[in-house]
Amino acid sequence: MRADLQFEFLTDKEQRTLTIRREFDAGRQLVWDCHTKSELLDQWFAPRPLVTKTKAMDFRAGGHWLYSMTTPDGQEFWSRLDYRTIDPIDGYTALDAFSDANGDVNPDLPRSNWAVEFTDAAKRTLVTTVVQYASADDLQKAIDMGLEGGMASTLERLDDLLQILISGAKG
Amino acid sequence: MANQQLALDAVFHALADPTRRAVVQRLGRGDATVSELADPFDMALPSFMKHITVLERSRLIVSRKSGRVRTCSLDRENFGAAERWFDEQRALWHSRYTNLDGLLAKLSGADDAG
Repeated sequence: MRADLQFEFLTDKEQRTLTIRREFDAGRQLVWDCHTKSELLDQWFAPRPLVTKTKAMDFRAGGHWLYSMTTPDGQEFWSRLDYRTIDPIDGYTALDAFSDANGDVNPDLPRSNWAVEFTDAAKRTLVTTVVQYASADDLQKAIDMGLEGGMASTLERLDDLLQILISGAKG
Repeated sequence: MANQQLALDAVFHALADPTRRAVVQRLGRGDATVSELADPFDMALPSFMKHITVLERSRLIVSRKSGRVRTCSLDRENFGAAERWFDEQRALWHSRYTNLDGLLAKLSGADDAG
């Protein structure tokens, strides 16, 4: 990431929110397109080294995006994002959920509401995403899932290190 | 954000020291008092207590005092779970947006050329 591009990541456990604010060195229309067209989303949405693949995209209020993120060893994580309101090119709101490849939502897994706003910042675009979990229970579930290593993360190395330390003590 | 980064830094800092790693290993076998933990080390108790404090601040261990005895245990439940999850989420968005920077540069370049 370029050092001159603003990046803020704020968390509020009581409000169950993550707020991500990021500046991009491009005009608002292009940044909007990258967030709302599946052929473009497929090129950036999954964190490395995962790969995004869209199965279905219907970008309108009431429609949804069904996509997978695939790890290098072929493990697929399916999600769907149900669009609630769309206000081109200012913002959209959506409901995020884990699903299967058919788009059937797993009701046992945590869901979150997304509110994404696009604003001009000189020649750049500022994107503010607020992710709010439905309940404290949902946030806790998300945290527990994270610890099970559902997503690629350098922090898995830390888990590994702790496991080695602790199991080494038992052996 | 800064707090979560600090939490992670604290864990790495805590585990960078061989005495503190040995304490974490020992507590992996079960709870122990500070004097039991200090026993294998040729170290004055105040110095050893500093290591315990570092481990507590990093949330790897918790301790409770009963009379004059302080007993330590691994904070298995926690290990700073929420903070580490927030850190993971931060890393996820950071990575995702770095990808987007690259895509935007490519698309802007294509526009300029066209």
